[in-house]
Amino acid sequence: MAQNDDIQNIPMARAINLGLRQALLDNEKVILMGEDIGTLGGVFRITEGLHAEFGDKRVLDTPLAESGIIGTAIGLAMRGYRPVCEIQFDGFIFPGFDQITSQLAKLTNRYLGSQTFPVVIRVPYGGHIGAVEHHQESPEAYFAHSAGLRLVSPSTPNDGYWMIQEAIASNDPVMFFEPKSRYWPKGEVDFRVPVAGLHTSLVARTGTDVTVVGHGAMVSVLMQAAALAEEEGTSIEVIDLRTLSPLDYDPILESVRKTGRLVVAQEAPENASVGSQIAATIGERAFYSLEAPVLRVSGYDAPFPPAKLESQYLPDADRVLEAVDRVLSY
Amino acid sequence: MSPATPVPQSDPAPVQFLTPAGELVEDAANEEYLPYLNTLDEADYQRFHHDMVMTRYFDEACTNLQRQGQLGLWVPSHGQEGAQVGSAHAAKPQDHIFPSYREHAVGLVRGIDLLGIAALLRGVTHSGWDPNDPKNGNFRLYTLVIGSQALHATGYAMGQQFDGVVGTGSPETDEATMVYFGDGATSQGDVSEAFVFAASYQTPQVFFLQNNQWAISVPVSRQSRTPLYRRGTGFGIPSVQIDGNDVLAGFAVTAKHLDDARAGRGPSLIEALTYRIGAHTTSDDPTKYRGDSEVAGWVARDPITRMEAFLRSRGVGERYFTDLTTEATDFAADIRRRTLALDNPPTDVIFDYVYSEPHAVLDAQAEWFARYENSFEDSAESGQGNN
Repeated sequence: MAQNDDIQNIPMARAINLGLRQALLDNEKVILMGEDIGTLGGVFRITEGLHAEFGDKRVLDTPLAESGIIGTAIGLAMRGYRPVCEIQFDGFIFPGFDQITSQLAKLTNRYLGSQTFPVVIRVPYGGHIGAVEHHQESPEAYFAHSAGLRLVSPSTPNDGYWMIQEAIASNDPVMFFEPKSRYWPKGEVDFRVPVAGLHTSLVARTGTDVTVVGHGAMVSVLMQAAALAEEEGTSIEVIDLRTLSPLDYDPILESVRKTGRLVVAQEAPENASVGSQIAATIGERAFYSLEAPVLRVSGYDAPFPPAKLESQYLPDADRVLEAVDRVLSY
Repeated sequence: MSPATPVPQSDPAPVQFLTPAGELVEDAANEEYLPYLNTLDEADYQRFHHDMVMTRYFDEACTNLQRQGQLGLWVPSHGQEGAQVGSAHAAKPQDHIFPSYREHAVGLVRGIDLLGIAALLRGVTHSGWDPNDPKNGNFRLYTLVIGSQALHATGYAMGQQFDGVVGTGSPETDEATMVYFGDGATSQGDVSEAFVFAASYQTPQVFFLQNNQWAISVPVSRQSRTPLYRRGTGFGIPSVQIDGNDVLAGFAVTAKHLDDARAGRGPSLIEALTYRIGAHTTSDDPTKYRGDSEVAGWVARDPITRMEAFLRSRGVGERYFTDLTTEATDFAADIRRRTLALDNPPTDVIFDYVYSEPHAVLDAQAEWFARYENSFEDSAESGQGNN
C-alpha cells in the first residue's frame, strides 16, 4: 500500500483519499456521509474504494438532501461519532446552510462545552474546471463569518493528506474546502510527519519586495506570478494561508514588516470576503510597516459567469502582477 | 383569503381511551393498544395526573413571571400536558428525547429541573440543563429553529442502530429516540428530510407530532390539506392519529411504537390532536386570530379535567387532590423564588465554549474584552481614590 513508501508523488485527490482511509482506520467512530460517495466513490472519486473496504456503516450513500446530511451528522456526533460529510459541489451547500450555521456552529456553545461536535464538512470548491452554474463557486466567507466553525483549505497533496486527518481529529466542526482544480496535479506527500498544524499559515516562497497571500487553488497562481516577477527582478514572498478560521495573522505580519507591501488574492467575490478581512486587519496592525495600501485581487461581485468567461472572472497571474505593480508604485 | 377546506377524508377515529368526560372506552381503534394501557396501575394514573398538574402550575408561574418582567418571553404549555405526559412516560430511561421548545411536561417527566427552562427564557443561558448528565433523562436541549431537531434525532437514532443497541431482544437495553415537533414544523423541509432519512435507514425512532391547531396565527389548514398523520404514510412510515388530550392514549400508543422502534421495526409517526389554550408565546395575541367558542370547545376537552374525573370515578379521594394542589402551589412558588434569584451570567460566557479547543482570533478578542472591562474597574477605583 501507498503508506509503505515514505514519500510519494500523487495528486491531491488521491492524497485526501488516503488521508480519509487513514482516519477510518485510526478511529472506528469516523464515518463518511454524502451523495454518491459509496459505490461510485464520489463525483470526484475522493472516496474511491472506501465503501468496499469499510462497508455500509462507515461509508454512507445518503439520500439526496444536504440539510439531511448535516442535520443527521449532528445527531450522530451527539451519539459519539465523527462524521465527515461530503457536499458534492460548492454551490450545493446552501440547502444545508441552516443546519451548518444555526445548529452545528452554535451547538458547542449551546451545550456549554458538555458535548463536542467533531463534524467535518468537505466542500470541493472554486473555478478553473469549466463547469456549469453552481459548480465553480467560492462560498468560504459565509462560513468564516460564522462563529463556532473552523475553516481550512489545503493547496498541495501533502496538505490534503495531513489536513484532512487533522480536521477529523479536531473536536470542533471544520469546514474543509478542497480546491477542485488542484485535485489532479501531482505533488510530493511525505507520509511520515505533517508540515505544520491545521491552523498555521506557511511561507510557500520567500521574497523581499512584496508579500502575496492566498489559499487553495490561488496559491499555485501566486507561485506562477512570483516566478514571472522574478524574471523582471521583483522578489515576491508567497504565503499559503491554509487556515481561514482562525486566520493566522502572525506569518503575514512578519512578512509585511519585511516587504512593506501586501496583495491578497482570492477567487471569491470581494465584498465582505476573507481577503477583505485580512486587508483590514493588516492595515490596523502593520500600519507603520506598510509602504502602500493593501490591495485585493478577487473574483468580481457578480455571479460566477458561464464557464467560457471564467478565465476573465478568476484572478490569474497577470491580475496578481498588476496589483503587485501598483503596490510597488507607491 | 380564508383557510382552505380540508379534503374530504375517510380516516379512522383518533385513538382514545378516555373520553372528555373521563370515561374509559374500548373500541376497534384502541384495541391494538389495550395491552399497553393494561400495564398501568392506580399509582401510574395518579403519577400522570400529578405530572400534568405540576406542569400546569409551573406554566402559570412562568407566565406571571414574564408579565412581571422577570422573563424575556414565555412559551405556554397549557392544554398540551396530556400528549406530553403520556408520551414521555412511555419512554424508557435508556431512550433519548429531542424536544422542540414547548415540552415542559416532558422535561419534568424525564427529570430535569424546570428552573432551567425559566433560565433559558430569562436570558441567562442558551441551554438550561446538561443533557449529558445522567440525572437529566437524556432530555436534549430545546431547539428554537422550527423542525431542526427532527434531523438531529434521526441522526442520533442512526447512531443507536450502528451501535447495535436496537433489536437485540433485550428490552432493558435496546434504545429508541423520540422527537417532538408541531404542526407548523411539518411544513419545514427538515422534517420531511428527517422522514426520508428515518425511513431509509429504518431508525429506531418515534416522531411525536403535537398538532395544537395553530402555528402562531396560522391554522393547521394552511399547513396541510390532509390530516398530518397521513404525511408519514407517504414516506413509508407507519402513522397513527390520537386524541392528544387523553394522557392514557398518549401513553399506550407511544409505548407501542417505542417498543416497535427498540425491537428494530423502524420509525413511526404519532399525530396527537391537542390545542394550545394559551398564546403561542407571551408576545402573541390569540384573540386576533381565533374565537372564544373555539377555545371553549377545547377547554371542555382539557386533559387534566378528564383525568381528574377518571381518578374520582376510581375512588381517589379528595385528600389526594388537596395535597396535590398544595404540592403544585409550593412547586410553582419555588420556581418563582429561584428564578428571581438567577443572576446574570459572567461575561466570560460570551467567549467560553464557542470552540472546544483554542481559536487564536477569538481568544485574542476575549483578552481584549477582559482588558477593556478591567479598564472601567480601574478608573472606577481611581475615581474613588480621588475622592
